[in-house]
Amino acid sequence: MSSDPHVLIRLVDVSKHYVMGGETLHALDQVSLDIRQNEYAAIIGASGSGKSTMMNIIGCLDTASNGVYELDKKNVSGLTPNELAGIRNKKIGFIFQTFNLLPRLTALQNVMQPLIYQRVSLSERRERATQVLDKVGLSSRMGHLPSELSGGQRQRVAIARALVTNPSILLADEPTGNLDSSTTADILDLFDALHHEGQTIVMVTHEPDIADRCHRQIRLFDGKIISDERNR
Amino acid sequence: MLSIWAEGLRSALQAIATNKLRSFLTSLGIIIGVASIIAVVSLVQGLEKSITSQFEGYGSNTLFIQQQRDKFGQLTGELSNHDLETLKNIEGIAAISPQTFLFEYSGLIYGSTEYSADVIGVMPEFAEMDNSYPEVGRFITNADANNRKKVVVIGDKVREELGLTRENAIGAFLRYGPHWLKVIGVLEPKGKLLGQDLDSYAYIPYTTAVSLMGYQRKPMVVFVGRVANVDHIDAVRDQVISTLRREHGLSGDDENDFSIQSSDQVLDTIGQVTSVITLVFGGIVGISLLVGGIGIMNIMLVSVTERTREIGICKALGATRADILLQFLIEAVVISMIGGLIGLALGYGLGIGIAAMIPNFPPSEVPLWAIALAIGFSTGTGVVFGILPAAKASRLDPIDALRYE
Repeated sequence: MSSDPHVLIRLVDVSKHYVMGGETLHALDQVSLDIRQNEYAAIIGASGSGKSTMMNIIGCLDTASNGVYELDKKNVSGLTPNELAGIRNKKIGFIFQTFNLLPRLTALQNVMQPLIYQRVSLSERRERATQVLDKVGLSSRMGHLPSELSGGQRQRVAIARALVTNPSILLADEPTGNLDSSTTADILDLFDALHHEGQTIVMVTHEPDIADRCHRQIRLFDGKIISDERNR
Repeated sequence: MLSIWAEGLRSALQAIATNKLRSFLTSLGIIIGVASIIAVVSLVQGLEKSITSQFEGYGSNTLFIQQQRDKFGQLTGELSNHDLETLKNIEGIAAISPQTFLFEYSGLIYGSTEYSADVIGVMPEFAEMDNSYPEVGRFITNADANNRKKVVVIGDKVREELGLTRENAIGAFLRYGPHWLKVIGVLEPKGKLLGQDLDSYAYIPYTTAVSLMGYQRKPMVVFVGRVANVDHIDAVRDQVISTLRREHGLSGDDENDFSIQSSDQVLDTIGQVTSVITLVFGGIVGISLLVGGIGIMNIMLVSVTERTREIGICKALGATRADILLQFLIEAVVISMIGGLIGLALGYGLGIGIAAMIPNFPPSEVPLWAIALAIGFSTGTGVVFGILPAAKASRLDPIDALRYE
């Protein structure tokens, strides 16, 4: 492997297998991959191809059965659950298909939530959360509960929440899967803008036209990478 | 670090506010447990305080000599006038007065008014020992006692209830069964102490009392003695015991046919009785706190299941196990502490209410240690029974929790 200083994510022969009913299922089979800073990559593939597993491993929600995962030049393969929580908190910004906002918290409180786990003071939490909500164009809806927001607005809150910790990577899992086409376009424009500012984005999707907007497409099939193309 | 606690508290209060009825029902066990312990303790403490303060009136230099009772409560020993005379000669006893309650007749009658005063036979020395001083007239004298005069010194309440004034009371004749007693004095009002009215007594000479009770086989007599120097009370006590044993002809192995207690001992006994009552009720209440705690654990487990997805989200955002544990633990503790506080207020009110409802019952008294204990116990219950659900929440796998529908 090259020692490119700009590599952010490096997977080396990463496998993940589950034992189900006596049969071993290879969700990921010896996958190797580099993602550099400020890349805008899509992970595509049919359901069951292993893209969710890959996403979970990259997001430090799950650990690999075999292989080495280096995030930001740090090997995270053998870390404890608490160390992984710290990495998720500081380096990863998650964006989910179902938004996954905390239902009893306002938009502002949702965005402030990750900073609580960094023991940031209330005044600083509020200041930083307000800034990112402003950035995603939601400064007028900060006091609303998720149930009082539209789908597009909810996803903007989720994006703000992912951004508030200044993460190394933005990990988006089907971020527009629950949105209509015009809202989808708005959210994708927002991703473009974030990428333009230097943000590294990895997105899981099964929609080809969304994957086309990304600069790199990594296609998985049966737990293996079958193609890896750069558009531009 | 403070922010995680503050946030945990805020989140706990919010969760409780979202499920108000459920939270209330959950803490009901704690509320009932704490309310009952506070009510019981406040009543027992009130009783103890009132009894104690009455005995303190006698001073710690007082000895009570009583007839012995068998296990059925029957009087077995006898305390005679001769015993009294002999005890008077013991050096170190400054004063001694017999005291006997008369139960022959129901009450004192003046004209057509009847009042059920407690009639007690005493000797002149009693006035000083009991701090009973006449406001008008005089107390019983040795002359009254020697001549078995049918005279009576009445408490202020007795005077009032019988419709006498301070001016016309002296010289009035009160009927006690078939006997007529002449009022020679009215005592200064003392107010209520045992929750009982201390002004509802009527004192007649002890000798008169004994002759009025002529038919009763064994009158109940208490010798109340005052020791000159409180430092010598134990020596005087031993001397009283040996004197009475000799007078009653008891040999080495015989048990005393009388009992002797100092007012300190009486207080100790009362203290022991009340602490046993407190302990017994405390045990019962402990069980209800246990039940309350199980209720909290149950609801917290439900709450963890309901919020599995939220826990998954928080974990994805970087919450550690300790963060999640703390959040649910704070919630359990807050629920049980709120229950404890409500129970405290309820028990306090209950104690006051019950004390007011029972006639002659002293006002309830909540000691600080009971408040601390109630809050401490309810908080402890929250910690003990909250830890299991909180640990369950903290151990959830983030991916499974996020997938939970």
